[in-house]
Amino acid sequence: MANADCIIIQGSNMAEAHPVGFQWVMEAKSRGATIIHVDPRFTRTSANAHKHIPTRAGSDVVLLGALINHVLSNDLYFKDYVLAYTNASTIISEEFLDTEDLEGLFSGYDPETGTYDPASWAYSAPGEDGKVADASAFEGQEGSHWTAGRAGAGEAFGSGGPPLEHGIPARDETLQDPRTVLQILKRHYSRYTPEMVTEACGISRADFDYLARALVENSGRERTTCFAYAVGWTQHVGGAQFIRTAAMLQLLMGNVGRPGSGIMALRGHATIQGSTDIPTLFNLLPGYLPMPKAGAHDDFQTYADSIGRKEQKGFWAESRTYAVNLLKAWWGEHATAENDFAFDYLPRLDGPAGTYQTLMRMLDDGVDGYFLLGQNPAVGSANGRMQRLGMSHLKWMVVRDFSMIESATWWKEGPEIDSGELRTEDIGTEMFFLPAANHTEKAGSFTQTQRLVQWREKAVDPPGDAQSELEFLYELGHRIREKLRGSTDPRDRPLLDLTWDYPVDEEGEVDPEAVIAEINGRHETGPKVGQPLSGYTEMADDGSTSGGCWIYAGVYADGINQAARKKPGYEQDEFAHEWGWAWPMNRRILYNRASADADGKPWSERKKLLWWDETAEKWAGPDVPDFPADKAPHDPGDVEAGGAKGLAGNDAFVMQSDGRGWLFAPTGLVDGPLPTHYEPVDSSIPNPLYPQQANPTREFIQDRDNLNAPGMTGDAREEVYPYYFSTYRVTEHHTAGGMSRWLPYLAELQPQLFCEISPELAAEVGIEPYGWATIISPRAAIEAIALVTERMTPLTISGRTVHQIGLPYHWAQGTHAVVEGDSVNDLIAMNLDANTQIQNSKVTACAIRPGRRPRGAARQELVEELQRRAGLQLDTGDQLLTAPDFPEGTERQDIDLQSGESIEETFDLPRHESGGEDQRTTGTEED
Amino acid sequence: MPRFSFLEWPVVRQLRDGDVLGRGTSVTSKRTRSITPRTAEADHVAHSVCPYCAVGCGQLVYSKDGKVTQIEGDPASPISRGRLCPKGSASEQLVNSPRRITTVRYRRPYGTEWEDLNRDTAIDMIADRFLEARRNHWEDVDDKGHALRRTMGIASLGGATIDNEENYLAKKLFTAAGAIQMENQARI
Amino acid sequence: MGLLSGPEENPAADSGWGHDHARKGFFTDTSICIGCKACEVACKEWNRNPQDGDLKILGSSYDNTGSLGANTWRHVAFVEQKKDRIEEARESGRKLVSLGMPTIGPRSGAAAPGGRAGEDFTGVDTTPPDTPEFRWLMSSDVCKHCTHAGCLDVCPTGALFRTEFGTVVVQSDICNGCGTCVGGCPFGVIERRDDGTVSPKEDRGRVQQEVPNKGTANKCTLCYDRLVEGEEPACAKTCPTTSIKFGDRSDMVEQAHERVAQLHAQGMTEARLYGANPEDGVGGTGSVFLLLDEPEVYGLPPDPQVPTADLPHMYRTAAVAMGGMLVATALAFLGGRR
Repeated sequence: MANADCIIIQGSNMAEAHPVGFQWVMEAKSRGATIIHVDPRFTRTSANAHKHIPTRAGSDVVLLGALINHVLSNDLYFKDYVLAYTNASTIISEEFLDTEDLEGLFSGYDPETGTYDPASWAYSAPGEDGKVADASAFEGQEGSHWTAGRAGAGEAFGSGGPPLEHGIPARDETLQDPRTVLQILKRHYSRYTPEMVTEACGISRADFDYLARALVENSGRERTTCFAYAVGWTQHVGGAQFIRTAAMLQLLMGNVGRPGSGIMALRGHATIQGSTDIPTLFNLLPGYLPMPKAGAHDDFQTYADSIGRKEQKGFWAESRTYAVNLLKAWWGEHATAENDFAFDYLPRLDGPAGTYQTLMRMLDDGVDGYFLLGQNPAVGSANGRMQRLGMSHLKWMVVRDFSMIESATWWKEGPEIDSGELRTEDIGTEMFFLPAANHTEKAGSFTQTQRLVQWREKAVDPPGDAQSELEFLYELGHRIREKLRGSTDPRDRPLLDLTWDYPVDEEGEVDPEAVIAEINGRHETGPKVGQPLSGYTEMADDGSTSGGCWIYAGVYADGINQAARKKPGYEQDEFAHEWGWAWPMNRRILYNRASADADGKPWSERKKLLWWDETAEKWAGPDVPDFPADKAPHDPGDVEAGGAKGLAGNDAFVMQSDGRGWLFAPTGLVDGPLPTHYEPVDSSIPNPLYPQQANPTREFIQDRDNLNAPGMTGDAREEVYPYYFSTYRVTEHHTAGGMSRWLPYLAELQPQLFCEISPELAAEVGIEPYGWATIISPRAAIEAIALVTERMTPLTISGRTVHQIGLPYHWAQGTHAVVEGDSVNDLIAMNLDANTQIQNSKVTACAIRPGRRPRGAARQELVEELQRRAGLQLDTGDQLLTAPDFPEGTERQDIDLQSGESIEETFDLPRHESGGEDQRTTGTEED
Repeated sequence: MPRFSFLEWPVVRQLRDGDVLGRGTSVTSKRTRSITPRTAEADHVAHSVCPYCAVGCGQLVYSKDGKVTQIEGDPASPISRGRLCPKGSASEQLVNSPRRITTVRYRRPYGTEWEDLNRDTAIDMIADRFLEARRNHWEDVDDKGHALRRTMGIASLGGATIDNEENYLAKKLFTAAGAIQMENQARI
Repeated sequence: MGLLSGPEENPAADSGWGHDHARKGFFTDTSICIGCKACEVACKEWNRNPQDGDLKILGSSYDNTGSLGANTWRHVAFVEQKKDRIEEARESGRKLVSLGMPTIGPRSGAAAPGGRAGEDFTGVDTTPPDTPEFRWLMSSDVCKHCTHAGCLDVCPTGALFRTEFGTVVVQSDICNGCGTCVGGCPFGVIERRDDGTVSPKEDRGRVQQEVPNKGTANKCTLCYDRLVEGEEPACAKTCPTTSIKFGDRSDMVEQAHERVAQLHAQGMTEARLYGANPEDGVGGTGSVFLLLDEPEVYGLPPDPQVPTADLPHMYRTAAVAMGGMLVATALAFLGGRR
C-alpha cells in the first residue's frame, strides 16, 4: 500500500480497526499519495485522509458503478491492460439479458426459488452460436482475498454447463461487438451517472468529480491506485458484489497485480484468513475445495470435474490432485485409488449449513451440542436474543475461552433472565467451560490478511487447566476413537481410519509442527518417501503424495518451518520474503504477471515489478512470479494439455479457466454476472435505478423474533423505523469484547456503549449531547449514550433527508467484564447474502428516542408496540421479486402486506417453545 | 552492609558533582542508581504475533520464571516495524488478567451455579455426548437416496483466533465424524 | 544564564551529570496522530499504572481519560472543529510565521521525509485542499520535561531529580507525597496518586489491580528505566504512525521545524510548534509538539511560566529588603543613642 499513489478506503475504517496497518497508508501519504475515505461517518480514518466523502451505507455499487461508467464513457480506462488481461473482449451468449432489459434482473431468474440459472451468462465459443458455460473457476473475485465470498459459489456448484474446452472463447479484440463484455458493461452502467450518485448516495457532484479525478490521474502505466475495504462491504446483502464492482474498476484501470495496486481486504481477526484457507466453514474443505454436495457429487470424478477439469487452463485443472492429497492426508493408507481415496468418507451437503441455519435448527431442538472455540455469538452474531434462546434449546455446550464471556453466562445473567423470558432453573443446557491457552502459551501459526503465515513461538505454559485447542481437539479425537474401537458400523470407519497419530513431547503435548508438516504434505512412496513437498506442483494424483491443504504446500519445504522465519524486515527488501511464508509459494503480490505488459516489459520503470528476462528465459523481479516461471510472454500455451501448460504467455489470471481477469463473471456468483444496485432490505427509499427494489436472491429467515422493518411496503405517513444504523468497531475494543472488555486499560478508553448521531437528528428527536438514547428495531431495544457530532452528516436521498446512526457493537450485559452495556447485535435481523451467507449489519432501520430503555419485561413490550404500529407480518420484507413487468411468463407473487391478516393474528404466532416449525421457513422460498 | 561514608552525604555530592542546586546526581537514591528495565531481566524472549486483528503485528513476549512479564512490538517485523495498537499494547494484561478463568467450570442441566470439574472427566463427558449427539441426529441418505453420511446433532463456531493447526484438526475431526455444521467468524 | 529560567543548553550538565549525555526528548507530531491511544496503553502497561476514572463516558468526543494525571501519563485529546474555527487556526498560524517563526523552504520529492530518491511527483496535486468543512484533531499529550521544571525546583525532599538524559523523574522511594510539586507544575501534569481509583464497581467483587507507588507524586518518567538500557520509551515505540518520535532533543526540535515548514508549504499554515522556543517561560520543553491550532484548544497553557523563574529576583528583592531593614534597625539603634 505504501507504493500506491492514491488510496481509496471505502467500506473500512482502517485507522481505527487496523491502526498498525494504517502506518502504510500514512507512509504513502507522506510520499505524496492522495488518501480518500468514503464512509457514512467521519472517523479517525477520515481525519487523516485528504478528503472524506460522506455516503449512504449500502449504496456503494452506485458510486463504483458510476466510476466504471465514467472511465468507460470517457475512454479513461487502461486499454492495453484491459485488452491483455481481462475478459473485456470476450463475447457473451446471445441468450444473456441484462438488468437493462429486465427491470433490474438478469436472465435466468426463477421467481419460484429466488435463484438464478447462470447458463445464459456463459461465454460464446468460437464459431458457434450455442452457449458454452464455464463451471470451472470459482475464484470469482480477482485481486481480492475475501475468500468467504466463495462460500456460496461452493453451493452453486454443478449449476453450470460443461466447462470451456480450451479456455479460448469467442473474442472481439476491437471491442466493438455489442456482445463483448466491454459493450455489455457500457450498457449496464449507463444509468450510473454522477446525478444518480447524488440521488442514491447523497454525494455531491464536486465530491464525485474529485474522486473520479483522483482515481484516473493515479492509474495507468506510471501510477497505481489501491482500494481498501473491510466488513463495510461484506456485511450487506449483496456484499460480494460490492467488492466485485471495485475489482472490476481496478481491472479497468489496470490496478491489479502491480505495486501499490489491488484491493486490500482488511480482515478482522488474527487468523481469519487462515480459518478460511484451512476452513472451519461448513461449505469448504482446506484449500477452497468445496464440500461435496448430495446428488451432484456422488462420485469422485464428478466432484473433481465440478471444481476444474484436467483439460482446462490454469491451476484449478489439478483440482483432483489437490483433493486426492487432502484425502490421503486424512485417511492415509485407507485412502486408495480403488476406493477413490475414501471420497465417500466425506459427509455431503444439501443446502447451506451456516451458523444462522444451525441456529434455526437449534430452536427446533435439532441440535444437541454446540462447541464455541473463542467465539461469543450471544453478543457477536446477528439477533443476539435468538442466539441466546437457541442456546437454551441445546442439550450441552462447550465454551472454550479465557474468561466468562456472555455465551457462557447467558443462562445465569443474560438479558432474557432479566426480562423473565427464561428462568435459570428451567434451562436444561449442560454447560462446560474449558479455559483456553492464549497466544503466548502455545506455538502455532496465524495467517494474516495478506496471506502471510506467521509462526508464533511458545513463551510460557498455560496456567491451571488451560490448554490449547490443539491439545483439546487431539484429546477429544483420541477419546472418541477409543470409545468406538471395535465398532463395525460403517459410519464409524472415517473416524477409526483417520490419521490421528501425532507425535507428543515429554509432557504429552502434541507437536504443532507435526500438524503443519501434514498440512504441507509429503511423499508417501517413491525415492523421496517421507520428504516434505516443496510446493503444490509436486503433488501427484495417484496417492504417492499427501498434503492437507494444497495452497499451503511449501510452508514446510525442506523440513523447515518456513512460517517461522524471522529475518528482520530491515535486513531485506520491501517484499521481505524471508519473514514468514505467504501462500501460494511465498508470493507477495498475486497475479503479478500483470505488472508487465503483454510483451513482458514493465508498464513503466516507476511501477516495475516482474519482467521477462530474454537471456535467462525466465521471469525476473523481486517477487516470486505468480506464473509458470519460464513461460515466455508470447507462448500460445499448450491448449491440448490444459492446466499450467495450457496457459498462454499473457494469461496473467492463472486461476481462471480463460486466464483472464473477469469483468463479467459467467459463473461463480449466484446473484448476477455484473454488480447491480439494490436497496437494502429495510430501505424505505425506492430503488432509483430499477423497479426491482432489493436483491432478488437474498436469503431470509422467517421467525416471530426476526421480523423485518416494512421498508418500501410501509405506510409513508408514519414511518415507525425512519432511521438507519450501521454497526462497527472502535480501536479500543475487539469484536464482541471477550478480549477487550475484560482489560481495564482498554475498558477505560471506551467504557460505555454510545451511538453517534448528527446535531440535526438530535434536534429532531430531542436527544441531549451525552444524554441517553434508546434505539429500537423490530427485534430489540437498546440504550446508549448519545455522541451528538458533526461527524455524522444527514444526507439528501431521493428528495428526503436520511439520518444514519453509528453504533459500535462491543458491549454486552453481564457482570464479569470490567464494563458492560447493551448488545447492539440484538437489533440486527438475519438477512443473508446468498453468495456468502453473511448477514447484513450495515443498514438496519430503527427508531431512536431520548432516555433510557424500559427495564424487565417492559423492554420487549416496547419492541412489540412498535412492531404493531408498523404492522409487521412474518413475511414483511421477504418479497423477493418486485419488478412488476418481469417477463418470462411468471406471475408476480403479490403479497399485500397491509391488508389481509390482522395484526393480532400475527402476534398470536407461536414462538419456538410451542413448536413453531410451520411458521418458520429457512431459505429463499417465497412464502 | 556497606560502610557509611560521609562522601555519600547529599550535600557533599552536591558540591563534588557540580549539582549546585541539588536537583540531579546528588539526590539520586540507591534504587534509582540501580534501575533496570524488566525487559532486561527476562529469562526468555519469544517471537510471537498479536492475537487481535488480522494485520499480524510481530510481538516480543518477555518472560521470567515461566510468567509473561512484558509484551511489546517486534521491530524486526516487516509488517508492523515494532509498533502495536492499544489492543496489542494491552496484550500482557490479556495474558495475566486476574479475570481470566483457569479451571474447568461445569453447570449441570437446570443447575443454578457453576461447579468444579476435573478436566479429564470433562473431556470424557464431552466425548460421550459428542457420540450420542452424533447418533441422535445421524442422516445416512436424503429423501432421493443420495448419500449424506452426516450428523446434524453437533455444531461448532469459532476459529478466527485459533491457530491454523488447530483449525485443521477441528475440520478433520468434525468432518470425519460427519459433523458438517462448522462455522467461524469469517462469515460473521 | 539559565539555572532557573531562560535558555539553557544542557540541563543535565548543570545537575552534576557532566556534558557527555545528550538531552533526550519527544517530538509529538499531532498532524499524523490517528487517535488510537496505543501510547496511553503502552505507557500504563509498562509502568503498571492503574486504570483511571470511573468508567463513564466523559463527554469530550472519544476521550474518556480526561487529562494527564497520576495514572495517565500519555493522554490523547480529541477536538472536533467546524470550518470557521479551521480558518481561524490557519490565520493565526500564518501570523506566527510572519512574526518570525523559523521557516525552511518547501520540501518535496526526494527530500521529503520517507520519500524515495528519484521519486517524481510531477502531476501530484500539491495545492492545499480547500479548507475542510470539518476536522477532528487528535493529540497525545505528555509531561513536558521542562528545561526549567517547576516540580523539580520546588520539591523539598529531593524526590524529583534531573536525569542524565535531561529529563525530570520522581523517585517514589524518596517522595513523601507532600504535593508541593503539584502546584509547581505550570502544565498541571504531576499529580499525587491516591488509593481509591482502581475499581469503582467494587460491590461486584471485581478483582483489584495492584497499585504501585500509592500516595506519592507520579508523572511520566520518559521511561527512565528503559533509557538506561538504551531502549526507547514505550509510547514512542508503539506509536503506529510515528506521531510520537523520540531521540536527542536537538534532533527532535530540528525535525519539528522541518515538519512545520513542510506543512506550511502544503498550505497548512495552522501548523505551529509548542515547547520549541528556548525563550519561553520554562526555557523550552523536552517534549516538543506540533499543533494544528492554538495550544488552548488542546488544553495546553499558552504561556507557561516556571514558578521559580522569579526566584533570583525575589531573593534579590528580599536581600535588598533585608539589607534595608538591617540599615533601618542600625539607624534606629544609632538614633536611640542620641
